[in-house]
Amino acid sequence: MTSSSPPPASAAPAPVPKPVDLPAHPCLSRLYRLQYEPVQKGWVLLYPEGMVKLSESTAEILRRCSGQLSPDAIVAELETLFNIEGIGPQVHDLLQEGVRRGWII
Amino acid sequence: MTCCKKESAVAGSSDISTPGTPAISPPLWLLAELTYRCPLHCVFCYNPTQYARLQTEMSTAQWVDVMRQARALGAAQLGFSGGEPMLRDDLEELVQEAHHLGFYTNLITSGVGFTPARAQKLKDAGLDHVQLSFQDSTKELNDFLSHTKTFDLKLKVAKLIKEHDWPMVMNCVLHRHNLPHVGKIIEMAEALGAEFLELANTQYYGWAWTNRDQLMPTQEQLLEAEAVVKRYREQAKPPCRVLFVVPDYFEQRPKACMNGWGSVFLAVAPDGTALPCHNARDLPGLNLPRVQDQPLADIWARSQGFNAYRGQDWMKAPCRDCDERHKDFGGCRCQAFLVTGDATQADPVCSKSPHHEKIIELVRRAPENRVVPIVFRSDSESRRLHPQA
Repeated sequence: MTSSSPPPASAAPAPVPKPVDLPAHPCLSRLYRLQYEPVQKGWVLLYPEGMVKLSESTAEILRRCSGQLSPDAIVAELETLFNIEGIGPQVHDLLQEGVRRGWII
Repeated sequence: MTCCKKESAVAGSSDISTPGTPAISPPLWLLAELTYRCPLHCVFCYNPTQYARLQTEMSTAQWVDVMRQARALGAAQLGFSGGEPMLRDDLEELVQEAHHLGFYTNLITSGVGFTPARAQKLKDAGLDHVQLSFQDSTKELNDFLSHTKTFDLKLKVAKLIKEHDWPMVMNCVLHRHNLPHVGKIIEMAEALGAEFLELANTQYYGWAWTNRDQLMPTQEQLLEAEAVVKRYREQAKPPCRVLFVVPDYFEQRPKACMNGWGSVFLAVAPDGTALPCHNARDLPGLNLPRVQDQPLADIWARSQGFNAYRGQDWMKAPCRDCDERHKDFGGCRCQAFLVTGDATQADPVCSKSPHHEKIIELVRRAPENRVVPIVFRSDSESRRLHPQA
């Protein structure tokens, strides 16, 4: 948030991040609110005195972090919805980044 | 108001600006300074020292109108601030309206007036987050710096905030009197269950500018405090996220003030004056319209005040030719004016500024200038400082 605080959050993961354990059913932390912003035409994460604009893919993943789906179920749902395959590693990386940033618990 | 956070005021919002966007992007942050009235008398308050001469306050309906317009323009974050916003008895109504409009609502409070009954009403109205200010980890210094007996009350309010399951940011303005207590302040934030702790090194505007000699720390104090913060952050899983707002007088480069003038931040003063920065009122030659007189979209996009330092056309050397101008936007206009007398200068905090020596002097001479007593913010001091305003 300031130059001496942790680096600003964005969809781009930091280089060579440390792997973290993913929760069985990823859930958005109550500190964050996911919201669609019509003026910006995109999804944002809102939190105390701050906001992060999300890429479309990040938003699609975070929207499924409701504590109901496992990481693999999130992958399966997105693969079906967008008619694509092999996005597992990408989704897992993003979930890990979300855990590191405290978005996901 | 608790402190001046010209950088963290747009915390996180900087993540959103993408390079190459058109010159006028929508405002993302609305700071609603509901009132300049405050039961505290903090020596580092950033409110204008002439606040006692600015007692007009907008009505509930006028604030609702501003919030609607700002939301339509794209603002998503809304800070209710002041002064002490709890002094407005329509706060719950304003929060409710803001919540319905889709704002993320932040209450920035000293805790005075935050009673169990009002906490419940604010919860019901949809308030998202509370930022509570402390002046120190000790009752003595907290109560001295705010010139009130509020330490015990603030502890009660912190408990109340957690009981209502709000995320809590604890804010503490740092200066030479409390920098040695940073470790204890972190312990207190943790014990109170704060998710975030904002250690906001004093920014010298308003009352803090008046009291700068009394507040100015030493480099050694800052290095020690920073080391304490670093050690805390290096723990496996620190329960509290600590933000350390940089002490810019001790830096070589300026803060990216407001993330650029007229870029994401819009403050509205109690009397309805629209401000590109909460201290902009003191800058000469700015025409700052009131929201009662002109549509907000016009003020944001077309007013002279909001365009005066937007983009880069206003810049002089060394900013004009500097590679870092896209990163720090030339720093803070208010600081340039206060220290050099010219708001179009580079922020003198920058070592490339021809006036940088003045900042070094302000730091160096602070101890010998401490002959003047510290000035507590109050209506009478405000009138004394601005006799003919």
